[in-house]
Amino acid sequence: MSDKATYIRRLGDNTLVLSQRLSEWCGKGPALEEDMGLTNVALDLIGQTRLWLSYAAELEGAGHTEDQLAFLRDAHQFSNLLLVEQPNGNYADTLVRQFFFDVWHYFLLTGLTQSSDARIAEIALKSIKEVTYHVRRSGDLIVRLGDGTELSHRLVQQAIDQLWMYTGEMFSSDAVDLALVQAGIAPAADTLHAQWLQHVQDILSEATLQMPAVDAWMQSGGKQGKHSEHLGYLLAEMQFLQRAYPGASW
Amino acid sequence: MSKEWPLWEVFIRSQHGLAHKHVGSLHAPDGEMAINNARDVYTRRNEGIGIWVVRAADIVSSSPADKGALFEPANNKVYRHPTFFPMPEEVKNL
Repeated sequence: MSDKATYIRRLGDNTLVLSQRLSEWCGKGPALEEDMGLTNVALDLIGQTRLWLSYAAELEGAGHTEDQLAFLRDAHQFSNLLLVEQPNGNYADTLVRQFFFDVWHYFLLTGLTQSSDARIAEIALKSIKEVTYHVRRSGDLIVRLGDGTELSHRLVQQAIDQLWMYTGEMFSSDAVDLALVQAGIAPAADTLHAQWLQHVQDILSEATLQMPAVDAWMQSGGKQGKHSEHLGYLLAEMQFLQRAYPGASW
Repeated sequence: MSKEWPLWEVFIRSQHGLAHKHVGSLHAPDGEMAINNARDVYTRRNEGIGIWVVRAADIVSSSPADKGALFEPANNKVYRHPTFFPMPEEVKNL
């Protein structure tokens, strides 16, 4: 598989797995308005997944469809970040995971709109309108909860401390990343990291929250298919129908 | 302070030149979040280009019991209704 196909598959796997996680909240949100807000984000992400995975499938040229990539691969064949497969936990956990991801996603897509690959630039341009709202929404909620009650402050800070070690993977580059940066297809990881840190720091300060150490030890492996035990359960639920009734459609 | 978020009434302008129209209500702790929630609940399918939110508690409403006193007199005076003027066929959009 070409580096480009691998890279695009990673993008699609991120939005797919996070979308599935967010969908788990459907009907169980803390308020009706919040329930709809979060599931709307899930819907946006699934739309973006379709664009990425159908492009990845074309590039791979193995005759697969976006659906086959989504529903017929096993956990070790998924290349999403470890961050997005983390369980929903309490609402602070879900929102902090979302916030970390949204900020990265926003700057990444901004960079990808300048991609030398026209199709990638086009998908990024389409997605960034949605993601501009996502990053505003999750940042706003982090400020409200961080600078809210004693309880909400404590839960958000706990979530930040627990999820922090999954943020490093967004900015670690392997051979695939480096090749794409070299070709002008993807933005450089260190630029993204600086933008991400600045934005996250600004929001956390406003929210009276502490940002953990930038040089803390970080988890890695998701992009290469080494996942936490959580992904298998997520896929089991997401893929059940296609596994039990192959080819089922409506 | 009540634990329940206050109620907001949502008005959407569907296109330029039209007035904002009441579409429903929602709960939110303040105006900014009410706008966000309104966007998520009421404008996902291209419904609008502008949103107003107003605290439901700030709306002053007429009472249904006053219906007679407020509106009946107008109904009794048919000469107030412009229905006695024959319109020429050619005039379509009046």
